[in-house]
This record gives sequence, C-alpha cells and structure tokens, in this order.
Amino acid sequence: MEFSAHLLSILIWLPILGGAALVAIGDGNDAGSSRARLMRMAALGISVLTFLLSIGLYAGFDNTATGMQFNEQIPWVASLNVFYALGVDGISAPLILLTTFITPLVVIASWDTIKSRPAQYFAAFLILEGLMIGVFSALDALLFYVFWEAMLIPMFLIIGVWGGARRVYATLKFFLYTFLGSVLMLVAFIYLYGQTGGFDLFGFMAAPLSLTAQKLIFVAFLIAFAVKVPMWPVHTWLPDAHVEAPTGGSVILAAIMLKMGGYGFIRLSLPIVPDGSEYFAGMMIALSLIAVVYIGFVALMQKDMKKLIAYSSIAHMGFVTLGFFILWSFDGGTGAGLGITGGMVQMISHGLISGAMFLCVGVLYDRVHSREIADYGGVANTMPVFAAFMVLFAMANAGLPGTSGFVGEFMVIIASFKANFWFAFLAATTLILGAAYTLWMIKRVIYGEVANDNVAALKDLNGREFLVLAILAVSVLIVGLWPAPLVDMMNVTIEKLIEQVGQTKL
Amino acid sequence: MYNYYLTIVLAPLAAAIIAGLAGKQIGRAGSHWITILGVGTSCALSMLVLMNMFWGGAVAENISVYTWAVTDGLRMEVGFLVDRLTALMMCVVTFVSLMVHIYTIGYMREDPGYQRFFSYISLFTFAMLMLVMSNNFLQLFFGWEAVGLVSYLLIGFWYKKETAIFANLKAFLVNRVGDFGFILGIAAVVMFTGSLDYAEVFSQADSVATQNIEVFSGTPWNAMTLICILLFIGAMGKSAQAPLHVWLPDSMEGPTPISALIHAATMVTAGIFMVARMSPLFELSTTALAVVIVVGSFTAFFMGLLGIVQNDIKRVVAYSTLSQLGYMTVALGASAYSAAIFHLMTHAFFKALLFLAAGSVIIAMHHEQDIRKMGGIRKYMPITYWTSLIGSLALIGFPGSSGFFSKDLLIEAVKESHWHGQGLVYWIAYLSVLLGVFVTALYSFRMFFLVFHGKERMDAETKSHLHETPAVVTVPLILLAIPSAVIGWYTVGPVLFGDYFGDAIFVKDTQDVIAHMTSGWHGSLALLLHAVMTPVFWLAAAGVFAAWFLYLYRSDIPAKIKDRMSGVYNLLDRKYYFDDLWINGFAAGGRALGQLLWKKGDELIIDGLLVNGTARTVGRIAAAVRQLQTGYLYTYAFAMIIGLTVLLGWLIWLR
Repeated sequence: MEFSAHLLSILIWLPILGGAALVAIGDGNDAGSSRARLMRMAALGISVLTFLLSIGLYAGFDNTATGMQFNEQIPWVASLNVFYALGVDGISAPLILLTTFITPLVVIASWDTIKSRPAQYFAAFLILEGLMIGVFSALDALLFYVFWEAMLIPMFLIIGVWGGARRVYATLKFFLYTFLGSVLMLVAFIYLYGQTGGFDLFGFMAAPLSLTAQKLIFVAFLIAFAVKVPMWPVHTWLPDAHVEAPTGGSVILAAIMLKMGGYGFIRLSLPIVPDGSEYFAGMMIALSLIAVVYIGFVALMQKDMKKLIAYSSIAHMGFVTLGFFILWSFDGGTGAGLGITGGMVQMISHGLISGAMFLCVGVLYDRVHSREIADYGGVANTMPVFAAFMVLFAMANAGLPGTSGFVGEFMVIIASFKANFWFAFLAATTLILGAAYTLWMIKRVIYGEVANDNVAALKDLNGREFLVLAILAVSVLIVGLWPAPLVDMMNVTIEKLIEQVGQTKL
Repeated sequence: MYNYYLTIVLAPLAAAIIAGLAGKQIGRAGSHWITILGVGTSCALSMLVLMNMFWGGAVAENISVYTWAVTDGLRMEVGFLVDRLTALMMCVVTFVSLMVHIYTIGYMREDPGYQRFFSYISLFTFAMLMLVMSNNFLQLFFGWEAVGLVSYLLIGFWYKKETAIFANLKAFLVNRVGDFGFILGIAAVVMFTGSLDYAEVFSQADSVATQNIEVFSGTPWNAMTLICILLFIGAMGKSAQAPLHVWLPDSMEGPTPISALIHAATMVTAGIFMVARMSPLFELSTTALAVVIVVGSFTAFFMGLLGIVQNDIKRVVAYSTLSQLGYMTVALGASAYSAAIFHLMTHAFFKALLFLAAGSVIIAMHHEQDIRKMGGIRKYMPITYWTSLIGSLALIGFPGSSGFFSKDLLIEAVKESHWHGQGLVYWIAYLSVLLGVFVTALYSFRMFFLVFHGKERMDAETKSHLHETPAVVTVPLILLAIPSAVIGWYTVGPVLFGDYFGDAIFVKDTQDVIAHMTSGWHGSLALLLHAVMTPVFWLAAAGVFAAWFLYLYRSDIPAKIKDRMSGVYNLLDRKYYFDDLWINGFAAGGRALGQLLWKKGDELIIDGLLVNGTARTVGRIAAAVRQLQTGYLYTYAFAMIIGLTVLLGWLIWLR
C-alpha cells in the first residue's frame, strides 16, 4: 500500500480512530490519575503524528498541477452512485495543514486545564480534527455532507459538556443555526443528484443548470455557509458560542470551523452555480462590507474579551467573502485572482491569529477566571512575557504588515479598489476599526498600573503556554514576512477556478 | 554594494532581536553595546554609500532582495532602491539614531526597562531604513507601519503611566487614519499601473495622468490627482499635518530620546520623504500639489502659534516640529522637493539637538518639564546652554547656521513658485512661511530665555543638585551641534543647486522653481551677505526681540495679554479644539455607534426578534405537539428537516 495514495484517508481516520480509542479506554473521570495522564499523552501523540504525516501532503504537493491530488476513490453506496472520493488542491491543502497544525497546539494548551473527563475531551478534539480534514478533502457531495454534519457533534459536546454557565443556551443557538443551514444544503445536493445521477462534485460543476435553479441552490448553500463564516446577520451565535466554549473549543471554532463557510463558498457555490453566484454577488459584497464596518463598531464596545475577539473574527471573515465575491467586478487584468488569493490567505492567517488570541484569553482566564476586560489592567507588570505575545498577536489582528494578518487584507483591499472605490473605502476602515478595538483592549488589559489583587498575583507563562504561543508567533511572522510558499500553493488552483467560474452554465 | 545594503538594514535588526530576547542574559551594558555596534555599522556603511555617490560617481541601484509573493500577475517584492535621495536619508537616520543610542545610556540609566528600550530604538532604525530604502510600495507600507508600531511601543514605554498609554493609542489610531488613505492610494496605484514597483509605476505616470476615475458617478476625477491625494493623506498622518497632527504633541509622553529620534528627526519626516520619492507622480497633478501646499501652510503657521502658549519644554519643541514639518510640506507643494529634503536634513540635526538638550535639562531638573519652574540654568549647564543656543539659532534661521540656508531658500522657493498663479494658494503659502519666521523666533527664544536666563524659579532642593549632565549626554549634544551649525554652509550649493539629486527627484520643467533660482545663486557667502536685506532676517530678529522684551525685560506683560485676549488665549490653549474634535467627536461618536449597533442591532433586532423569536415560535409549536412527541431537541430538529426538505424540494421542482 503506497503511502501517498492513502495519505488523506490516514489523516482523516488516524485521529478519528485514535479519538474513539481514547473514549473506549476512558480515564475513570479522574484527571489526576495515571490513566488520564496516559490518555493525554496519547492524544498529543496522535495529533502530533497526524501533523507530521500532513507534512507529506505539503512535501508531495505539486504546485503546478491543475487537477486534484492525492486522489482516492472507492465505491461507497454503489446503487446510489456514492463514492468515498477524496482529493486536495491548492484551496483545500492549506486548510488541511492549518487543521493538523492547530490541533496539537490545542491539545498542549488544554493539557491540565480540563479537570473533568479529560480523555473524552481530547477524544472530541481528535475526532473533530479527522472530520474537518474529511470536509476539506471530500470530493463526493454526500461524503462531504456526512463529514459536515458529523463535525457538529463533537463541537456540540465540547461546548455543552465543558462549557461555561450559559452553555445550554449557546449550544442550542449554535446547533439550531448551523443545523438549519446545512439541511438546506442537503436539499440542494439531492436536487443536483437528480440532475447528474451521482454525488460527484465535478459532476455537479459540469452540470448545466437554469438560472432559477442556480439561484435557489445558491440560496440553499448560502444559508449553510453564511452561518458558518459567519456573515452578518446570521452571526449572533458565534459570540455566544465562544463565550461559553472552553479555550480549546474557541480556538478550533475560530481557527478552523469558521473556515468551513469560506471553503464551502469557494469549493461549492462558485463552481457549481457560477451564474447564481454572480447574480447574488452584489448582495454578498454588501453583506461582507457590513461585516467589516458594522461588526467593527460592535467589537469596539465589547466588555468581554472573548466576545470582542469573536466579533473581530466576523469582521475579518468579511474580507474572505469580499475577496471571493468581487470576482465578477473585473474585465481582465489583475483583480479576481488577487481577491480570491487574499480571501484564502486571510482564512489561514485568521486561523493562526484568532487561535492565538483565544489562547491568550485562555491563559488569563485560567488564572483569574474572568473574561471581563474590566477585571484586568496592568497585566504587563506581572506577566511581561505574556504581554509581549499578546501585543504581537493584537498587532497581527490589527493587520500590521510583517504579520500574517496584513497579507490577505492587503490583497483584498487592492483588488476591491479596482472593483469599486467604495468597496475598498469601506474595507479599508478595518485599518482604523481593527486597530481601535484590538489596541483599546490591550490598553485596558495589558497596560496601566496593576489594577487589583488578582492581577498582582498573576504568574507569567509556564513552559507549556510559552511553547504554544511561541509556535503561533513564529508562524504568524513567517506567513507575514514570506507568504510566497502559501500563495504559490494556491495560484494554479485559483487561476483554474476563475476560468471555470467565468464560463456560464446557462 | 548589495551586501552593504543588507548589512545596513539587518545589523540594527539583529541587535534589536538580541537585546530584546536575550536582554537579561547580556545585561544592560551588553544591550547598549550590541545595539550601538549594530547602528554604528549601519551609520558607517551608509556614509560610505553616500560618499560613493557624492565623490565616487556611484549610480543609483535598484535591487530585488526576495519575492514576497506573486499572484494574479502582481509581483510583490522586497528590494532596495538606493539613489542619492535614499543615501542622504540613510545617513540622517543612522547618524541621529547613533547619537540617540549613546545619549540613551545616560538618559535611561536608572530605568528598569533599559534593554527593552535599546531593543526598540534599534528596531526602529531597522524599520526606518526599510522605509527609505524600499523600491516598491509594499515594502514602503511595511516600513511605514513598522515605524508606527515602534513609535506606539515607545510612546507607551512607561506603560504604567495613564497619559502615556493614552497617547500611544491615540498616536497609533490617528496614524491609522492616515494609513487608511495611504493604502487606498497604493491600491489606486496598482489599479492604474498593475505594479507596486516604483520604477514600473513611474514609467507609466504620464499615461495614468491622462486617465479618469469616477469616485462619484458622473464626476470624473483625474486618476493622478486621486492617487496623490490619497498617498498624501498617509503623509499627513505620519508627518503630523493638520488635522492629523493631534498625536504628535501627546507623543511627548514617551522618553525624550525617542522624541528626538522618532518624533522630530526621522519618523515624522517619512511623509516628506515619501512625497519627494513620489515626485514623478505629484508633479503631474497640480491639484494635488495645491492641496499639499495649503495643508502645509496651515500647519506651518498655526501650529507654530501654539508653541507660544505651551509651558512644557518638550511640547514647545513638539509644536515647533509640527510647524517645521509644515514648512517642508509647503516646499513639496511648491515643487521644491530638494529644498524640502534639505530642510528635512538640517532640521533632523538641530531638532534632535534641541530635544536632547531639553532632555539634558530635564535630567538635571529631576524630570521637571515645566519651563515656568526653570530659569537661569545657563551657569549650571554650560554645554547644554551653548548647544541649545546653536540649535535655537539654527531653528530660527540665524545667518550662517544650517537652518538659515535651508529655511531661507525654502521661503525663497515658495516666493518664486509662480506656477500656482498669483492666486489665493500662492499668498496663503508665502505669507504662512514668511510670518511663520517671526512666530518661530518668538516661541524658540521664549523657551530659551525662560529656561536658561532670568530668575532661577526652581525650588532650593532642585537647585542644589543642578549640574551639567554626564559625557554620554553632552557628547551627542556636541556632535549634533556641529552639523547644526555648519552643515548648511557646505552642502547647500551641491544639494540644492548642484543637481545633487539628479534623477532621484523629478520636477517638471515648467514647475522647476529651484532651477529658476539657480541663476541667482552665487555661493554660500553671497547668500550670507545678502541675508540682512531680506524680510526673513528682520522677522526673525523681531521675534527674538519680542521674546526678550516679553519674557526677560517686561515679564509682566504676557499675563496682561493673556487677560485681555482670553478668547484668543483659550483658542490657542485648547489647540484650536482639534483634540476635542477627535476625542469627543470621532472617538466618542464611534463608541456610541458601536453601542447602538450592538444593543439595538445585534441584541434587540437580530437576537431578540429574529433568533429568539423564531426559537420561541418553534418552542410554542413544539409545546403544542408535545403530546405526540418525545420532547427531545433532536426530534424537533428532525421534524424541521423534513419540513424544510419538503418546502425547498417543492420550490425547486415546481419553480
């Protein structure tokens, strides 16, 4: 059995089976026991191994190939023409790498902060990891849908079991929003099955569709993906979910699960219903710009750090959808590709930065058990190393050049200016708003005199926390200073996508 | 030369990283030695580069270092363009930075954040060099924001001080307002040229100037005018031009060495440098140049006036910096780019000197900054006194000093710039810079007299400790005083009239006011002898006389003027209410809007009505059918799936 021929399957099933084993063995609900310690080590081992294996995906990836790579295809439900079909291209491979990169960091970060049922907790993350990789690599719509829905369960449990006080409200909201959305996607898949006689995504892309059908399918997809991104006005579940989620849950939610929405748009909406997408592009751009500006202002007034970062995520994800949907605003030349590349880079970068920001809040929460900005002040006095990291990530969140946060925003702003001056004008307000809400928080939390006894008693980062934040800091800087390797991975795929979307299906 | 350029940039960066990450291990002395070594290397090599240009006949070099990313036909690179403009800036930056590094050893001696401070100022030097040496807009923007970051970190260096962390947030955000315009300007450049590379963009400038863009449909704007105005908004932020100047006076909350380095000599001149660098673009839009000249005029004159009512020694110098940046901006608007850069250079020396001298006084006064509590310090601090005098004379343009040559010729250039026509713009500019001379002399010598002459107003305790500062402080003062005094005499001929800049600065023949003035140029001595015949000299003299009369001879008069003209005084004291506009207007307005959108938009309408309303409705329906159902969430969800499936299926198939 050749390694690279089954690499995607290994990346999907290794963490899922590993997670299942963890659940099966269990920890006797005693976080201090040696069995629990062993389970933690196992979780770390599996996630690190998955990451190391995923390096093979990067090493073996052909930047010049126009088709899918690392393909696998075996019949699954032969009578319905359903396949277990996997493969990656320049759009999905970076997202898979992001997933395998973030998961071990989450495991390390949650190391001894979870007191109840740690084995199950880590198992949930491993299973989630495998399912998310499944979403990014599925080439069969039904398989995609199965992974997509299954992904909800571990996240639902993570928030519902290990979450904060209002976790029931948050999980209900999270579940209803995301479940309602994806149901419509299934309907669209079934319709497309009726048209093509199979669930092959490439079959969907090739199928001729009337404009009305395309519009309806677009709306069905839109609801599923817009909730995940999340786009205004279906975003209100996110701040609640984040606030109640444990740190690790927030990190995965922000860093990877939100990317599902962006990925859905670029993998399904654009190529399957190009004319429908074009029809709604104006609305999508408007919603994206509302996300950037409206949410930017809302983020400014947040009193809870996690809510603030959650709102900041929504605003940053606005750049992703903006970059994708300005596609039709150009008649040749530089623009469309820049927008999509910018959106993609923004997704990766946001994964690193928002993950890091949530980890920073987690570091404080573990010590003081508060997320309220008002409960802090002068943290730099007692935690200088932590303060340095937090300021760095805050600057990255504010899109400082040299950090990854700048790359995508820069590309999208450049591209959208060419599309329409006012798109760029509104998008560029993030320079002011992003800096305002992030740095105002920094001012109130990090700087100033020691605010109270809790802050005075703070201990600086331990080795484990330092390791996680340092790894993220280095990656944020690498992507910011040299995004070429990432961009080169995407270029050919995005060129092909634009060509494909440019051809009408009518 | 490639390796030289790389070393010049990377030496301060490496030093900054070492001092920043291993500060504890290498200790205080280790940190200052490593950073001084780094910046010293940069400075020496920069001078070598400049000498090669000046005497060695070296030509401009445009080198790519690495490809940042390429996508969709847009190359984004990191690279150096080293020409005569760049070489001059490199020397100014590294020399002032080196002086400030040395000075810091004395100034920050007792500060617990000693290593961190050295790390920051070295990092700043790196960022500033990246900015001036860039050959493309991407790297320019990187350097632009990176100096802003270090400025933010340094203004808030004493992070326990509430005023400092307010000032650094304010500085960053106001600069971001400028950068907002700047990034749109860069986007406009890409839109019309498809490139970020200077050489490529400049080569297409003529064709861009013929194109239009409809920002508001129906009203075509010239593309070049839009590009230049947007880029200039960036310059207004960084170079603190009204109304984006409000951050600079507050930035004085940071330690004095960085006030000298960042907020006087180098970073704040980045905007001036950028416009000069972009001269091939600005030259093609007289509208943009008119905007530049008017903004500069306003800043030059009105910010100078504010210097007269300030009592904090550093804030007087800060307002003076605003005013002098305004002078440079006016020169840019008059197409006298070389005059602007020449003034930038002399100003860097004498203004860094004035700040460091002010810092020397502050150390001696035990961190007292109020000039009303000083006086008669001359006899205690002779070196600081004499170097301050040289700096002040250079600032007011005393004949023979470096400031004389740069300012006199700058004003002359504005006077001769008839291409704007004899209209309003011309007179605003000319009168501002001319009358500004009187204002400059008045505030400069008001401060000088109040600090060094007259009655000793400090308390006995302070007085008993008053003595000259140590050599690490005074040596940089002397080293900066020398160029402040003499550099103009030697360099004015070649830099302004000897075609020093060559191709580095482009000026349209019809607008080339410096070329126009060349026929009247007969050397430094002739200009010096001619000085007493000019209104500039007499206005400066009048300013000094007024300062002497009001603050030494009849020091009771200012209080009376203040009482008589309380309206005017309040206007000046409140800084024309610009701070109120920003803080109570925009910032408070933004917060109110955020609160409104959050509470009314998100919580009331979206969550309250749509989400929870739907949930309640679903809940009620569920309650009604509860008898038939199990009551689990999953069951309801399942029922909803079926319902929605049917609904959407019906919509699609029946259309």
